[in-house]
Amino acid sequence: MIDRVIDSRGLDSFDLRFMGLIAVILSVGVLSIYSVTHSQDTAFPFYLKQLVWILLGTIAFLVMYLSDYHKIARLAYPTYAVILIMLAVVLVMGKSSRGAQRWIPIGPFAFQPSEFAKLVLVLVLANYYSRVSRAGWLHRVVLPGLIVLPGLLLILKQPDLGSGLSFLAVYAAMLLMVGVRSKTLGVILLLSVMLFPFVWEMVWASLHDYQRERVMAFVDPDYDPGGKGYHALQSRIAIGSGELSGKGLYGGTQSQLKFLPEGHTDFVFAVYAEEWGFVGVLVLLALFIALIWVSLEIAARAKDTLGALLAAGIVAMLCFCVVVNIGMTAGMFPIVGIPLPLVSYGGSATIMTMASLGLLLNVKRRRLTLFY
Amino acid sequence: MASIGFNDSDLLDLQRRLVILRVGLLLVVALLALRLWHLQIREGPYYRDLSENNRTRSVVLEPARGLIFDRNGVLLANNVPSFALYVTLEDVKDRPALVAQLASLLNLEPEVIQKKLSTGKGSKLQPRKVKDRLTLREATLIESHRLDLPGVMIQVESQRNYPGGPVAAHLLGYVGEVSADQLEKPDFADLHQGSVVGQYGVEKWFDRQVRGRAGQKSVEVDALGHEKRAVVSDKPVAGDDLYLTIDARLQKAAEELLGEESGAIVALDPTNGDILAMASRPGFDPNMLSKELTNKQWVEIVQNERRPLNNRATQGQYPPGSTFKVVMAAAALESNTVTPSTMVRCNGGYQFGNRLFHDWKQGGHGSVDMNEALIHSCDVYFYTVGQRMGIDTIAEYAKQFGLGQETGVELPSERVGIVPSTAWKQKARNQPWYPGETISAAIGQGYVTVTPLQMASVIGTVANDGVSIKPRLVQAVMNRATGERAEFPPTVRGKVAVKPATIALIKEALADVVTKGTATRAKSSLVTIGGKTGTAQTAALRTGPEKDIPKKFRDHAWFVAFAPVEAPRIAVAVLAEHMGHGGSAAAPLAKDVIEAYVKAYPEVLNGVPAGGRTKSADARPKT
Repeated sequence: MIDRVIDSRGLDSFDLRFMGLIAVILSVGVLSIYSVTHSQDTAFPFYLKQLVWILLGTIAFLVMYLSDYHKIARLAYPTYAVILIMLAVVLVMGKSSRGAQRWIPIGPFAFQPSEFAKLVLVLVLANYYSRVSRAGWLHRVVLPGLIVLPGLLLILKQPDLGSGLSFLAVYAAMLLMVGVRSKTLGVILLLSVMLFPFVWEMVWASLHDYQRERVMAFVDPDYDPGGKGYHALQSRIAIGSGELSGKGLYGGTQSQLKFLPEGHTDFVFAVYAEEWGFVGVLVLLALFIALIWVSLEIAARAKDTLGALLAAGIVAMLCFCVVVNIGMTAGMFPIVGIPLPLVSYGGSATIMTMASLGLLLNVKRRRLTLFY
Repeated sequence: MASIGFNDSDLLDLQRRLVILRVGLLLVVALLALRLWHLQIREGPYYRDLSENNRTRSVVLEPARGLIFDRNGVLLANNVPSFALYVTLEDVKDRPALVAQLASLLNLEPEVIQKKLSTGKGSKLQPRKVKDRLTLREATLIESHRLDLPGVMIQVESQRNYPGGPVAAHLLGYVGEVSADQLEKPDFADLHQGSVVGQYGVEKWFDRQVRGRAGQKSVEVDALGHEKRAVVSDKPVAGDDLYLTIDARLQKAAEELLGEESGAIVALDPTNGDILAMASRPGFDPNMLSKELTNKQWVEIVQNERRPLNNRATQGQYPPGSTFKVVMAAAALESNTVTPSTMVRCNGGYQFGNRLFHDWKQGGHGSVDMNEALIHSCDVYFYTVGQRMGIDTIAEYAKQFGLGQETGVELPSERVGIVPSTAWKQKARNQPWYPGETISAAIGQGYVTVTPLQMASVIGTVANDGVSIKPRLVQAVMNRATGERAEFPPTVRGKVAVKPATIALIKEALADVVTKGTATRAKSSLVTIGGKTGTAQTAALRTGPEKDIPKKFRDHAWFVAFAPVEAPRIAVAVLAEHMGHGGSAAAPLAKDVIEAYVKAYPEVLNGVPAGGRTKSADARPKT
């Protein structure tokens, strides 16, 4: 009954703005993917595939939007269990690419469980924190940490540094949101600083060679233009050579001529920056800020803690991906495999992001409903 | 039931904390924007430069060499498209691996490829040619492996092709990649490693005209160094076309006449110096030599005892034998050593000191005058007049006829032979001239050596009434773009100081040589021919019948001729190595060449120049 009342309100101007921003950013992505891959002679080009992903993503968006997020949250633990199994399956029989096993092949496509794991983690943690009391740091930090740990380890084992970091980021954002007391925060920070060398040693030892090289390349990308720093340097050249107004659509020689690897996936921002210049970059940044702003609005106006935590977790995840992706293509961070949400080509990432945004809008939609 | 752990104040608290996220987000995005501003605005031009260098490679476009035609427009050398493989070192990621891969794909020695990659000037961005004339199979193989072969590029280029195969090989020459030594020279300054230049024959002599000018294209490449699209094009300019003086039919006929024997045939038009045919055997296929040869193939050719690369017409130096008597006759008469009626008694030998010089005819020719001495090639007569003249007078006239010096034909490495004199001997051997040596020289033996081309020029000078015309191989050079045709006019080298009466006497005697003398086998039913036989000894005095002598010690057969006697339009020199007597071995070949010429250009029988503007000339087939 109440649902019907809400539904009858339809989409208000707020929703339209939210949906419009998503549509515009998705268009930017498709255009950039088309620009960088249009010369490839394949029966089913990347931009068409991406449109298919967007279609599937829209369905995921609607499913997440139309179901009650409380019900969805209740499915969090079982889903997390399924995701953990899938992550284990990936390790055993996944499809390898460049030294990493991240995909489960499904027909001609490949399914990347680590992408979905991020959203599931948001659900799990939101669900967890919405139920536990603020009783001590064991319940607030350690227990959720233990929930995060198996997923994190499985993802790092693939290895997928990007998804692993996103995983940690979601956890950190949740911690911040549920209000770790200043004292606790201080202790954590102090411990981190003290333990950093040991953790670094452990992490460094567990990294693959190419990951180490990427970290080293980040320190000095000009050292060996053909080798380790190649991606970072080519990406910087692509972005930098775009200058103020860019080289125009299809004019991005760096990406068109394949100096820039992964132009349609993780480095799509560099393609965009090369072709549209600083002006285009500012426009895209503004679009992302607007989208995140609107999302934060939803989080702030959530009617209950679960909704607020879900919204905050999703926004934090989105922010993290946008910032780290742009930062890494611009040479501010080491290169970790994190796609630019809604822009980079990729089925799993696109569907997951759309589903997250659907969930986000779901939180807003239920803002005015009463408890049931 | 919804919110167990959090109360309303907690929710408020959480919402307050969202502000931190907002501020943090704005801050981070501001940082990103700042970074991007730095990259794109402040350092933008720097990165733009980097990106320009990243993508463009300058590729040299080899020009098509000029075509080579015979005097009637028959094609002798053209170009056919072929695949060439280039490597841009800049784009090569792993050089040893690439070398190994190419070696197996192209069936080449790794060292050869390594050498190609390391020689030559130019930056790492300059593509180096590793192999040309790839087969279609090789090219396809490379193309299908292109993703594993960064920096490798296949270019379609025009390759030299000689449709006639070995026909006229020595005078056309062949082409080859410019060598490292050549690149140092100013003539080759605008060339680069991999450029193709003429290495022999007219290809070499006229290389600057035929070569053309290389163009350049700026090619956009991807990270693997593979061409995406050409940006700017500086079109290559094709080389100029050459129109040779030779007649392809006559050339082919002359080569076939020599067959498998070693020797040379030169036919020229005495009135203008046009070389109508210049055959040298054994020969080679310039198509093969224009390819890159393996060391083994090259050694095989160079060490071949029969020296197929040697152009015997211009580089073979032989004693002229009795053909030298033409020069001797002019010298003896002009120096007033003898008169036409001076008689010399020939008993079959000439005693000088304690040595007896034999006549070729046992028992001798009896008493002979100049006319008879030439007709029957009496050695004793010329021993006698030679002895009377002295070597320096002989040398003086020999030089007037162009012996001992370059004819000036447009071919590289022309040899000059030897015209001995007292001064020459002092200089070359640091010895005085011995009078006995004059006797050998008088019949074209001893120190005297000539090239077949020189002898053709000598007989041509006689046929042309003492006016010596420089032999030439190229009539005209045509600029392909403008269609402008630059004709090379005949060059008069000089007029020998011989009275017309003397020339007339010699010509008459030479005509008689064919009708009733030593060269009756050169007699033709088509045309009157004058000529002189020669038999050049290759080893000192030998005895016994010819057939018992190993071939390599047998005499060289000479015949020099001109026709028609009344108004000569063709002069021929035939040299057949180790074929014995000039009259039997060389004279018939000369007759065949002359007859072939007369058949091709019947107008010459009427005193009209070959290819003159007559109806029959226009109707001539072009093949």
